[in-house]
Amino acid sequence: MSDLAQSGSAEVLRLAGLRKSYNIGLPTELEVLHGLELTLARRDFASLVGPSGSGKSTLLNLLGLLDSPTAGDLYLLGQATRLLDDERRTALRAQAIGFVFQFHHLIPAFTALENVMMPMLVTHGRPSAETITRARGLLEEVGLAGFEGRKPQELSGGQQQRVAIARALITRPALLLADEPTGNLDTKTAAGVFELFRRFNREYGCAVLVVTHDPRLSAVCDRTITLVDGSIVSDELHSRT
Amino acid sequence: MWIESTIALRFLREGRAQTTLILIGIAVGVSVIVFIVALIRGLQGNIVERTLGTQAHIKVEAPDEINRLAPLPAGTTRLVLETRRAQRLRSINNWQQVMAVLDGFPGVRAVSPVISGPAFARRGNAVESVALVGMDPIRYQRIIPLSEDIVAGQLKVGAGDAVIGRLLADDLGLKVGDKFRLAAGLGREAQLNIAGIFELGVRELDQRYVYLDLKQTQSLLDLPGGVTVIDITVEDIFTAQDAARRIAALTGLKAESWLDTNAQLVNALRSQSMSTAMISFFVAVSVAFGIASVLSISVVQRTREIGILRAMGTRQQQMLKVFLVQGAVLGLTGSAIGAFAGYGLVWVFNTFGPKLFYIPVAPTLVPLAMAIATLTGTVAAAVPARRAARLDPVVAIRHV
Repeated sequence: MSDLAQSGSAEVLRLAGLRKSYNIGLPTELEVLHGLELTLARRDFASLVGPSGSGKSTLLNLLGLLDSPTAGDLYLLGQATRLLDDERRTALRAQAIGFVFQFHHLIPAFTALENVMMPMLVTHGRPSAETITRARGLLEEVGLAGFEGRKPQELSGGQQQRVAIARALITRPALLLADEPTGNLDTKTAAGVFELFRRFNREYGCAVLVVTHDPRLSAVCDRTITLVDGSIVSDELHSRT
Repeated sequence: MWIESTIALRFLREGRAQTTLILIGIAVGVSVIVFIVALIRGLQGNIVERTLGTQAHIKVEAPDEINRLAPLPAGTTRLVLETRRAQRLRSINNWQQVMAVLDGFPGVRAVSPVISGPAFARRGNAVESVALVGMDPIRYQRIIPLSEDIVAGQLKVGAGDAVIGRLLADDLGLKVGDKFRLAAGLGREAQLNIAGIFELGVRELDQRYVYLDLKQTQSLLDLPGGVTVIDITVEDIFTAQDAARRIAALTGLKAESWLDTNAQLVNALRSQSMSTAMISFFVAVSVAFGIASVLSISVVQRTREIGILRAMGTRQQQMLKVFLVQGAVLGLTGSAIGAFAGYGLVWVFNTFGPKLFYIPVAPTLVPLAMAIATLTGTVAAAVPARRAARLDPVVAIRHV
């Protein structure tokens, strides 16, 4: 992982003619994504925008290996993924991808620290001292030092979302996917969350793709990918300040 | 397995109300099973003990005497009007050798020669019909531990001493040290001294049995040197029938096991065991359904958490285990509580119950019940666990 982080321009993700259809073979068959081509590199900090129904969520599920494409392929760290079985997809997902969901989605039965470590726990079992140190460090970085033992329901919405971000980063993923991460946060908290993404993008060199409705937030990103009716209609780079 | 068990336990702890309710359900089920099994086993053990406490497992006797017909010349027909022979009292031929053979017979625990026949006991004008039982006290004690049932005096036969039942003693107004007369017909009489009085708890025996030694009984019944019955006990009482068959085949004598002579009792015991097994089975089934339904609800309630865990790299197999472990833990914990409660019920029964008999709890019963409950819990969890494992993470995460 750290090797990849060094090579800044390395390709993380590539879509080649990616298609997704639902109800295949039925009269109601519907193609949602029409042959997408897209490449994300290590240093990318991109937003994915588009009206509702444009296929953003479908695309995000495919990128996160939660779903598999109907045609075309998705290369994650150079590996073709369409034909992987559930076991291998799960393993690759655990290793390479961090998720931040709209509704933070912490596991209520576990403390903040345990939630952060969860991706390591489910793949490696009992946490090593190093994992614990890393998790504490991440909580500190998201400004939650001292909240390790709290249960999710004892944290505010913004705090929960920051725990979720720390959780997404515990495995040092090559790709961070965020689905409306600030959807239910106030503007100030939302800005703070974006600031975190930006920092992790720079410090850990992980590609970030954020799905958002908020034009102000997408403007903060280096790159804006616009999806309309299942096709990428624009992919523009903003000049970095 | 560490993370699967951890998640399983946290899930159970978090759903405290649900977990508590199903644990109570399992505990009630298991305590009923433990109690009823212990009760029925105790009851049956008690009945069998009482039945066999006063009789041998196998009785070997001389074969019945039958009329033999001369062989028929070829080509003739014969009409037979048969008067069946009266079965007189007679000795087993070569009983010393037969006994030696039986002593070494596999599965046989004790062998005791007995001579038994009818007589009258008389004191003054009172007459009672009795059954004389002549025996060797050392051997006989291994079949029926008579000395435990002696209520007065001691178990001592021979040299004019006799041991009689309490009811007979009452009827004849006898006590230890008194004398009475025995008449066995055709002028064979003896005067005996009462050395002991026994009470076996069976009316028939307490009223009729008179224990003497072999020699005196032989002379009273006019069977010098003979015995009429050989009593046998075997290691495993339920193999008695089989052993009796083999003994009969080997010796050519008549051998009857307690299972044959108490066919109705055996039948009742079997039906009882079967109904216990059925009650246990159906209680276990309803406990299993309880576990399955609680875990099914839990899968629905935790759909989103399952989705998140899957998104974070939890494999299907792991998700399956999380719910199987929950089933196993519910089964184990519930049955541990239930086993204690069952023990409690047994204790209450033994302490405050009607005290007709004592229920022993076999040391294997509790671990066995717990092992079965744990297994049942795991099996019951299989269906919800499979559903959890097969949830599509995409759908599960969006579940509200």
